[in-house]
Amino acid sequence: MTFPLLSVITLLPLLGAIVILLVPNEAPKKPIALVWTLATFLISLLLWINWEDGQANMQFVEKVPWAAEFGLYYHLGVDGISLLLVLLTTFLMPIAIYFSNLYVEKSVGPYLALMLALETAMIGVFLSLDLVLFFVFFEFSLIPMYFLIGKWGSGNRVYAAVKFFIYTFVGSAAMLAAILYVYTQTGTFNIIELQTLRLPADAQMWAFLAFALAFAVKIPLFPFHTWLPDAHVQAPTAGSVILAGVLLKMGTYGYLRFAVPIFPQAAADFGPVIATLAVIGILYGALVALVQRDIKALVAYSSVAHLGFVMLGIVAFNMQGVSGAVLQMVNHGLSTGALFLMVGMLYERRHTRMLEDFGGLWKSIPIYCGFFLVVAMSSAGLPGLNGFVGEFAIILGMYHSQPVFAVLGALGVILAAWYLLTAFRKMAQGPITNPANEAANLPDLRKNEIAMLLPFIILFVIIGIFPNLFLDKINPSVEALLNQQPAIVAGR
Amino acid sequence: MSDVWTTAGINITVILPELVLFAFALLVMLADMTSNDQKEGLRGVLPWLALLGVAVTTGVCAAIWSTPVASFQGAAIIDNFAMGVKLIILVATALAILLSVSYIPKVNKQVGEYYTLLLLCATAMMFMGSATDLMVVFLALETFSIALYIMTSLNPNNPRSTEAGMKYLLLGAFASAFFVYGAALVYGATGSTQYATIAAALLNGVSQPGLLYPGIAMLIVGLGFKVSLVPFHMWTPDVYQGAPTPVTAFMSVGTKAAAFAAFIRLLLTAFPEQHITWSWILAILAVVTMTLGNFAALRQLSLKRMLAYSGIAHAGYVLVGLVGGTAQSASAAIFYLFSYAFMNIGVFAVIIALEKANEDDALQNRAAGIGKRWPMLALVMAIFLFSLSGIPPLAGFFGKLFVFQAAVNGGFAWLAAVGMLNSAVAAYYYLRVTVAMYFEEPTSETLAEAPRWATLNIGLAVAAILTIVIGLYPGLWTSLFQGGIAGLGG
Repeated sequence: MTFPLLSVITLLPLLGAIVILLVPNEAPKKPIALVWTLATFLISLLLWINWEDGQANMQFVEKVPWAAEFGLYYHLGVDGISLLLVLLTTFLMPIAIYFSNLYVEKSVGPYLALMLALETAMIGVFLSLDLVLFFVFFEFSLIPMYFLIGKWGSGNRVYAAVKFFIYTFVGSAAMLAAILYVYTQTGTFNIIELQTLRLPADAQMWAFLAFALAFAVKIPLFPFHTWLPDAHVQAPTAGSVILAGVLLKMGTYGYLRFAVPIFPQAAADFGPVIATLAVIGILYGALVALVQRDIKALVAYSSVAHLGFVMLGIVAFNMQGVSGAVLQMVNHGLSTGALFLMVGMLYERRHTRMLEDFGGLWKSIPIYCGFFLVVAMSSAGLPGLNGFVGEFAIILGMYHSQPVFAVLGALGVILAAWYLLTAFRKMAQGPITNPANEAANLPDLRKNEIAMLLPFIILFVIIGIFPNLFLDKINPSVEALLNQQPAIVAGR
Repeated sequence: MSDVWTTAGINITVILPELVLFAFALLVMLADMTSNDQKEGLRGVLPWLALLGVAVTTGVCAAIWSTPVASFQGAAIIDNFAMGVKLIILVATALAILLSVSYIPKVNKQVGEYYTLLLLCATAMMFMGSATDLMVVFLALETFSIALYIMTSLNPNNPRSTEAGMKYLLLGAFASAFFVYGAALVYGATGSTQYATIAAALLNGVSQPGLLYPGIAMLIVGLGFKVSLVPFHMWTPDVYQGAPTPVTAFMSVGTKAAAFAAFIRLLLTAFPEQHITWSWILAILAVVTMTLGNFAALRQLSLKRMLAYSGIAHAGYVLVGLVGGTAQSASAAIFYLFSYAFMNIGVFAVIIALEKANEDDALQNRAAGIGKRWPMLALVMAIFLFSLSGIPPLAGFFGKLFVFQAAVNGGFAWLAAVGMLNSAVAAYYYLRVTVAMYFEEPTSETLAEAPRWATLNIGLAVAAILTIVIGLYPGLWTSLFQGGIAGLGG
């Protein structure tokens, strides 16, 4: 029997959560969590190392009956699309844990256990090849995030946590009915089989809409995005990093992995609607971000804008668009994760997130501002950094299929630069008006914080200059996905 | 084993579990005679004797769990479905006994009567699972109902308890009357009260629709009352709130399992041809039941009343599974009730832990700050609440998955969607308790010290562990309940 690498990667964090809860002393919990997440990351690198290049099918597949009378199988597999998302998850977790270890003081054990349980849920989502297993991990991720926001978040945390939970739960509710409907029509929950089966076109529509609704809430696609600003702003820093970095990708990934391949006709029919909502999200998100006073809220709305871009790439239904979208998922995870991390570092020093409380920081904490500028530029899509590659590919792909949306999307790039540079100006440039911002009162980045941010910067540059390192992994799977759907590829 | 026990065409194995439990009920009654107001006698042993009875009965069930056996001239049957129902009842009884050990003596000194009634009630409920004749169902229904009426009013010091008992008696008597009148009408239309004969008589078309359809409707009303379907649910909140909490816990699971068992067997084996008609009735009842149950629960301050309405909603979910009318519907419903047993009794066990010394109920604010003060109690409560709302990978999710799957298979996909949306509504009031537990500080209402009875803890632990285990590996349990109803095909 081959070594169940995927199960190990998925379940190892959960085991770590249980271990942390059972350890009686407080002291070892933080180091255990850090070591555990680092180990998970290193093991997940084995996936990259043992990867079969050019292979479009699922690799490292595991399949075991779970409730076979009802058609449920424990079925895991990874392809080019999920590989990067899994690595993104295992990469962000140790950094988030490290940051948490510096600042979380109350109920450390439950906090770390919840973070690790969340990691299991996220990895499970990306690796599941059985619809119900996917749903299980998808829903299960709600519980840790709910507690993380509600217990360790800021002022309005309970409202944000409940809103997040109920909103996402309602979205998923319809999806479950659709999953069951697909089963009765096709007799299987297996994704791979479902991609080759053809449902009749009219049957596809309602099921597709149910799936699309669930993912639209998660992504979030306008107008289902209203839970996001509350959740992001109120969550603790590490929670925001994971929420923006990974959880939002569950929506876009789900759309790409399930909604499009299983309901190709409906996906093609609704493509323009999704594209419209995506473009609205891009422009609306950017414009609202422009007027935010709270930096975290600004970054939250920027997520709406960025993921609008990703959706735009997916509904382009061609190689550039979809590959660009997958790469952009990773890019967004990295740049927004880094942004939230930096906001968190500033918050721990000044205990405020309001832009008006800052100003002139370049004079007092230049290293911080330097890093912040790089991260902001990555988010804005400066050529040479990662964001540019993804956005360019998406716009190019969309231009080939529906030029109007491409043009509007490109406007979004300009707006992104606008709100990010505006934020930077308000924060870093100009005179120091608040004595709390003086160099004497405000320490610059410490060595451990630089160590946290450096991996991000390095990845920004690598992806920006050598994107093929990653695109080579993505492209075969995207090509296979599109080739199975001649209906949507034709005419694109 | 069948050869040894068959005499004159009557196969005793069919009612062996009930006989054993009945014997233990009598033993408890006898043992209770050794104690009176002056001396303790064997009173302390009674709960353990009852528990032993449940254990022995479970062993008997395991021993005879095999191919279908019918006897008593078609009045009773043993098949996978019946055994599943018996298992659920036995689990509910065992957990209820664990919860009652330290609780009931404070409420009423007559513990002997309580345990006797509990075992007799369980016996009758088990009969409901095996019954294939309307008269046997009626007998079992009355038996366990009367036992429940008495157990509900067990607390003489709490006027709510007496009121609850009276309400239950009055409304229950009406419902039983409906049931028996429905049985009479069906008898008039088909010439028999036995399911198999009824089905055979209706095979060639309905000769007297004027008698049959009102009969079926009245049967549904009578049984619907017991499982708290809307609009026959009015008794549920008051009775759940007034009864001593272990009784409520037992009642919430046992009555539902028994009455649903009768419901399922009746509709699937006696009226399979009329499926089109009754499936639509059930679908509409399911929608109103779920909706009213969930929306009413949102407004409740009392935890027991909230759980009463939540129980109504869960009855709705089970009903969603039934509309398909296939063997899969039956096994899905049994699985649902099996997982429901653990999570619902678990929640009531936590409520027992939260009740103050002289009280019989706990309000929502009692749960404030539990996360900090008693983390383990809060943890198991969270497990039960998330399971009830249907969050994977807990048992409640799979229960809902399977019943909704059965509904979609039966062509009622819209009903499954309504069910899921109702789950989303329900999530809010379950979540509200976790908000109180984890995100609020302990108040003056929060107990300074919890009654930590050993048996309560055991009950909580068992319920929590099973909730998780059933959720992680549902295949293990679904295979137990597969095989379904004899005469329907697996």
